[in-house]
Amino acid sequence: MLERFPGSIFADSHGQVVVYVDRAVWLDVATFLRDEEQFTQCVDVTAVDLIVASSRPGPVGVATERFEVVANFLSHPRNRRIRVITEVPAEDPTVASLTNLYPGLNFAEREVYDMFGVEFSDHPDLTRILMPDDWDGFPLRKDDAPARVPVTFKGDPGPR
Amino acid sequence: MSEQTKDSVDEVIEVVDEDPLDRPEIEDDPEERRLEAQTDEGAQQLRPMDPRTRELVLTGGQWPEVEDIDDTMILNIGPQHPSTHGVLRIMMELDGEIVLRAKAIVGYLHTGMEKTGEELTYVQGSTNVTRMDYASPLSNELVFSMATERLLDVEVPERATWIRMLLVELNRIASHLLFQATNGLDLGAVSMIIYGWRERELTLRLLETITGLRMNNNFIRPGGVAADLPDGWRDDVLELCTAVERGVAEYDKLLSENPIWRERTVGVGLIDTQQALALNVTGPILRSTGFAWDLRKAQPYLAYDDVDFDVIYTQNGDVFDRYQIRLYEILESIKIVRQCVERMPPGDYRVQDRKITPPPRARIDESMEALIHHFKLFTEGFRVPPGETYVAIESPRGEIGCYLVSDGTAKPYRLHIRGPSFYNLQAMDAMVPGGMFADAVAVVSSIDPIMGEVDR
Amino acid sequence: MGLESVSHNFLTGRVEDLVNWARKSSVWPATFGLACCAIEMMGAGAAHYDLSRWGMEIFRASPRQADLMIVAGRVSQKMAPVLRQVYDQMVEPKWVISMGVCASTGGMFNNYAIVQGVDQVVPVDVYVPGCPPGPETLMHGILTLHEQIQNGEIFRRREATGAGAGIQVDQRDGAPSPV
Repeated sequence: MLERFPGSIFADSHGQVVVYVDRAVWLDVATFLRDEEQFTQCVDVTAVDLIVASSRPGPVGVATERFEVVANFLSHPRNRRIRVITEVPAEDPTVASLTNLYPGLNFAEREVYDMFGVEFSDHPDLTRILMPDDWDGFPLRKDDAPARVPVTFKGDPGPR
Repeated sequence: MSEQTKDSVDEVIEVVDEDPLDRPEIEDDPEERRLEAQTDEGAQQLRPMDPRTRELVLTGGQWPEVEDIDDTMILNIGPQHPSTHGVLRIMMELDGEIVLRAKAIVGYLHTGMEKTGEELTYVQGSTNVTRMDYASPLSNELVFSMATERLLDVEVPERATWIRMLLVELNRIASHLLFQATNGLDLGAVSMIIYGWRERELTLRLLETITGLRMNNNFIRPGGVAADLPDGWRDDVLELCTAVERGVAEYDKLLSENPIWRERTVGVGLIDTQQALALNVTGPILRSTGFAWDLRKAQPYLAYDDVDFDVIYTQNGDVFDRYQIRLYEILESIKIVRQCVERMPPGDYRVQDRKITPPPRARIDESMEALIHHFKLFTEGFRVPPGETYVAIESPRGEIGCYLVSDGTAKPYRLHIRGPSFYNLQAMDAMVPGGMFADAVAVVSSIDPIMGEVDR
Repeated sequence: MGLESVSHNFLTGRVEDLVNWARKSSVWPATFGLACCAIEMMGAGAAHYDLSRWGMEIFRASPRQADLMIVAGRVSQKMAPVLRQVYDQMVEPKWVISMGVCASTGGMFNNYAIVQGVDQVVPVDVYVPGCPPGPETLMHGILTLHEQIQNGEIFRRREATGAGAGIQVDQRDGAPSPV
């Protein structure tokens, strides 16, 4: 795989195979994994907002951007897992959608879009999934929506 | 037509005073009308319309042409509807009674748990995740604890592993009993909710004896479990096993050969392995298509490679198969529980690392160091080395995964739970279309979605 | 009062008491299960705890036929308008039980997604604590509600605070009705 996609960085994260790939080859890597490496399911797609990460969780050599999109692949015939991670910059949060290869990622990519504002090009129905349609902001971004709101009590003079 | 509205519709509607077809006048004879109303046939006939009556002719382009009129209907079910298992909303396009398309709309129970999880320490974290899949809370705690332990590189004592396995299997029994109850209720076998809850109540009471709570137990924590098993647990567990086995035999007798039940479920909501894999379906739905994939066997965790049990799978991929798989998985779980009772090893029930597990209550009174550890642990929590990991286990609904990113502090940097129901719900789009509307209820029920896990 | 001339034994009472007794004896809850508490609510209605002992076993699917809404679980921002609509569709007299801490105050989920207390959306009569409250706790809340319906406490409170749907039926003599 290394010669197929130069610039990919392999890492071992607590016994799991992780590969950091360039955003441009995101779709190609998934195609490769599905067609040639028998990764039958992409069980999960999620994202991480690294805006305030105090120390870099990934291996050295990865150019950090604001968002990380993480996809976990599972191969049933080979009984193996692989995790593919790509960096997505804040100014252009777009990455190719994998729904043509793995239709089951429909909800997952919508969730990432809803929560982080990362857009998936060629997604059939990229709309908010968990929050109301008219919601403003992307809640799981670190600089959005506070994780704690002050507790209000009855009779409290403050605004309710 | 009132004066106000007349102006606005004048462009569309032209009033014609003369009969364009030049039909003869019909005299209105009251006697004839009376006779018509008396006879049966006459009453059914429509009187010919007087052509002098004003006719309204549509001329504007505002009205759809006849061939453009869609004869399908969009039907909205939920989010408050008894057969949607909580707050699921489904949009369906119906042609008569045939469902053409179905779209699940979720998010009505979105709780922001992943955000809250970033605010709570690892010690508090299991309180949060346990409320996601509230039918099998212990699976959530287990996957979170296993992810944390993998980041910490901590080995859990053997007894803790076996206690975890015992509890998770008991929880699987409770979850599948809940499915039997609600599935029966949804499909009209209303007595099932009484029977299903009868046994589930026993299971919950046992869980309460062991963990202190009926649901949302918060018992499996990073480093082990919260407490040791209580006195006399063996007898209680074995008694429960017998009771549940008796119950399962009753359900089997009540439903499996019941012609009404079979009529309602066999061949309904079909899905094949290809579709299921493509749509990211896991758990009993995937196994009902003839693909025996169970993470407990395929990628064993805890001590599942030490115990003897079978993976239940069937070939047809319909609602009946999914019911049967869950029914027989209860028996397999009982098998595992029995082995746990037999082979429960002695030892510690949590890691003896004072940085991770709180000291026993008695030690706090005598040791200053224990008091400090206790205080630090419950105010600040323990620090987890930076890193990221994904741990997947088999919950009653399928593969539940936890993607955990740590930045070296005492709180997770990112906590993501891959809820199996969230993905399994997508399979509804493949199973419902082409079937009757009433079958859609059966399909949704057989997916067994827990909305707390879908929306998180 | 002229009762001396009546030869049979009989009781006197107020119509209000009779009406309240009838109301409390057949409170029909709407199926408004949201989250974990809904499972415990189902448990309360099922075999072992058996809400039908108080004439409450019929969970009505249609809010039009229900007079008690048990808000069982956390109410998200997306669900709040739906909840209010279901409440508006119920006919008076109607009551609300807020079941569990999430419905009562937002509970541990004091974040962007959850309404911090369902009393911001609908008037609540009884709060049931617990996460989730066990069926016993729910039944205690229900019995408290029954008691308050019976002694008219809820109506007096609603009149004082202006809560409820604000329906007033005047009696013939011009005095406001207690309902």
